[in-house]
This record gives sequence, C-alpha cells and structure tokens, in this order.
Amino acid sequence: MAELITFYLVPGLVLGAIYAMSATGLSLVYGVIRFANFAHGDLMGLGAYAALAASQGLGLSPWASIPFAAAATVPAALAADVLFYARLRRSLPAVLLISSFGTALMLRAVIYLAFGPTPQTFGRAIVPPLMLWGLRIQERHVWIIAGAAASAAVLHLILARTRAGRAMRAMADDPDLARITGVPTEAVIRLTWTIAAVLVAIAGVFLGLDTQLTPVMGFNVLLASFAAAILGGIGRPWGAALGGLILGLAEECSSYPVVGGAPLLEPSYKSAVAFAVLIVTLIARPQGLFRGMG
Amino acid sequence: MALLEVDRVVGGYGEADILQGASLAAEAGEIVVIVGANGAGKSTLMKAIAGLVRVRSGSIRFAGDEIANAPAEGMIRRGLAYVPQERNVFPSLTVEENLRMGAYVRPDATRAGIARVLALFPDLDARRGVAAGRLSGGQRQMVAIARALMLEPRLILLDEPTAGLSPRFCAVIFERVQAIARAGVGVLMVEQNARPALAIADRGVVLAMGRNRATAPGPALLADPEIGRLFLGG
Repeated sequence: MAELITFYLVPGLVLGAIYAMSATGLSLVYGVIRFANFAHGDLMGLGAYAALAASQGLGLSPWASIPFAAAATVPAALAADVLFYARLRRSLPAVLLISSFGTALMLRAVIYLAFGPTPQTFGRAIVPPLMLWGLRIQERHVWIIAGAAASAAVLHLILARTRAGRAMRAMADDPDLARITGVPTEAVIRLTWTIAAVLVAIAGVFLGLDTQLTPVMGFNVLLASFAAAILGGIGRPWGAALGGLILGLAEECSSYPVVGGAPLLEPSYKSAVAFAVLIVTLIARPQGLFRGMG
Repeated sequence: MALLEVDRVVGGYGEADILQGASLAAEAGEIVVIVGANGAGKSTLMKAIAGLVRVRSGSIRFAGDEIANAPAEGMIRRGLAYVPQERNVFPSLTVEENLRMGAYVRPDATRAGIARVLALFPDLDARRGVAAGRLSGGQRQMVAIARALMLEPRLILLDEPTAGLSPRFCAVIFERVQAIARAGVGVLMVEQNARPALAIADRGVVLAMGRNRATAPGPALLADPEIGRLFLGG
C-alpha cells in the first residue's frame, strides 16, 4: 500500500497538478477567446527556461524564480495576441489554430536558440525525502501539489469574486451580450491571456523541477493538457483541473503491478494513456465529464 | 427633438442590406412597438440601434448624439440598454451575477440597482443564487429586462420579450413594460404578439422589407383594416 502511494499516487498527483494548471489555462483561453491555443505548451517551455536563466544568473532558488517565468510568458502571450490572434479573431477557427501552431514553433525556436537542445535541470541538490504519515515523500512534490492548490484557490477567487472574473465568465457565456453590458472585451481577453500565461509559467517551473527542462517539454505536455481540458468539458476551468488530476493519476498508475510483479502497462507507454483517455472521451462523452458543473 | 431618432437607415450583415430605409422615433416614457412579418428587419433594426449591425447610410441619433456604428459596449453608458430576443442572460452566472453585470460599467450603482429592479420583479428575489440557465423562459426574460434596467437607462430596446412565453407571463411582461414607461424610460419593443403590444403602444411602426409600411399610434394601427389584414393576422 505504501508503495502504491509513494511511487504511483503521489507522482500521479504531481503530474496531475501540472496537467491541471496547464489545462486550466488552456480551457480558460478556449472559453473566453474561443480558440484552441497550440502555443500553450511552448509557452510553458519558455516559462521554465526563463526561470532557469533567472535561477542560474541570479543564484535564486527555482521557486523564487517563478515570477521570472511569468515575466517571460505574460508578454509573450500578449504579444502573440496583438501581433497575430487579434487580427485573425474574426476569421475561421482553423486559421487561428494554425497561427497558434506557428507561434508555438517560434517560441520553441527561441528556446533552442537561447538554451540549446541539451536537456538541463535546475541543478537541485539531493534532498532526502520527508517522512509524512510513515510515507517517504519528496519535498518538491509537496510544494508542487501545494502550489497548484494555492493557484487553483486564487483563480477561483478571481473568477467567482471579482468584477473582472465575472466579466471573463460572462464573455465565456456570450461575448455579444457581454459587449452590450459594456464589458471592454479586448481588456478581458488580455486579462485571460495574463492569467493563462501565469498558470502555465508556474506549471513549467514545476515540470522542470520534477523532471528536467527540454525545449519540447511543453509541447509534450500540450496534448495531455488538451486531453484533460476535453475530459473536463473544454471551456470549463474546473473541469480541466479535475481532468488533469485524473489523467496524471491514470498515467502514473497505469504501470502499477496489479497482478504479479510486472507493470500493468510498460512505463514507456505511459503517455499513450492520455491519448487513450482523450479518444474514449471524444467517442463516449464529447461534451466532457463535468458538463453542468459551472 | 425626440430621445431616439432613426432616419432612413440602410444596413445589415455583410453585403446584404436587410434595412432599406427604416425610420422611427421614440420619446422618453413612450412605448414604441415595431411589428411586421418575419424577415421584415425588425430585429436587425434593433441591433443596428444597439451597435451590433453595420449601418451603411442614414442616421441614428440618441439624446442628440449620432450613434450609428458606434461601439456596442459604449451604449449602456449613453443610457441605451438592449435586451436581445435570444441568449439574453448569462446562463452560467447566477441571477444576482447577471444583475451585477447590468451595472458593470458603474459598479458603485450595483446595490441600489439590484434593490430597484427586484422591486419591479419581486419573483427574482428568491432566485438570486440560481444560475440563470436553470430558470424558466419567463423568469429568464425578467432577469434580462432587470439586467438592462440596472443603470436606469433612458431607453430600453426589447426584442420580442414575450416570445415563447405563456399568456399569463405575456400579460405580466406587458404590465411591467407599462410600469417601466411610466417611470420615464422610453421603451422600443419588437413584438410578434402584435395586437396586445400595439394596444399599449404610444406609437406603432409596421416594417415590411426593411422599410416603414406605416407609422401611427398603436390603437390607430389596430383599427386600420388593411394593416390588420396584412400584418396582424386578420
């Protein structure tokens, strides 16, 4: 039992927390701006590398360099919106989608150019695991889960309690009606980008801390993030967060040796779990699991 | 000069000009009803006034300002509120949040606004915390009208407020519309339910093919046998 928790459930929650943060931003952008942003993953990579640069350059801890990650992703997201997406807002969704692909490639090229293709790490020291309730748990895992929970709480407060958050939800419901009530829609779009970029920057640093940094790290997480967002009913941030947790847990637990000593699924097939879940969701329940949860 | 003056407006979506020279006027405290067959341009005219449809020529003056092609998001500040026919509430927001959205541009007026519109639509008070998407059609219409009244507009545009409602709810809506007008707000209303709407109208406008077919006080239009035969179902 302890083995299941230590080696499968906790890493599953950590991966799920990272997916959840990424998918929440993706879903928020889809809900308010109505397009599937394929540059979301590479924005995550950009954030992680910006934090790496700050951490190495200024000698900060990776946690303390999170603001630098956001300081890179927020302007990048806003610039992509002003330069590309805003001009294409009235065109076909496929055009916007392709333009976000282009943005993704540009962001990735910047990462390759600045940091090279070799995987890097935040250079963390070997930290002995914490003993919590008799379980060995990596300290960084505790911080990642706590950080994701805190981000979710802040996002909830913004969406539910603030005027700007209400305007975002109103725009997701009906952009024309939001305009009629006087909502400055472009300002709300900028706010949505900002929140999504902050969330994905944090997710990028967490992913880099948990594994390593590679220029394709974000892209590798992108499809799982889409799967999580669709699982939760795309456009619904809470559904996306739950979808992310479910996917993370499903991926990690897929290699648990249920019968005998062999893993249920070879760990190298782990990332296929997200796609399997995505395909099953699209066939069986394309509206997502949590339609109607608000 | 009237509060709203629409003069020979031509316009529509894309290349198609649904409006072919429509004109009307509305004063504060007056009920003006637009009737006409499907496709006559009634809703398009409302959207043109609200800034959601392009006006190619003609003028729309509100409180002395030219507002043709002005941005839709600025209309509420001018005192012009619009209630679309469909999708006129935010379904995932609660009733109270919908009302708050009505005062979005002036948050300081929220509290007083909610108290005022709940006095007009007391049924909504018990449902403040319910998502608007879960309400009945009639209640949703009340939320939409209440939302539009939050900032005490000078003119409210109602696009078929009784569409799909039971006769009992229609009577309630018409009665509230009269109360709104009595409070000094101009009401410009498109109605399929033409006879009861014209009966309470200070002015009626019959639109056909994007143009005015007739303009007269509501009861006079009702009494006109030709209008009755052609536009009011005999």
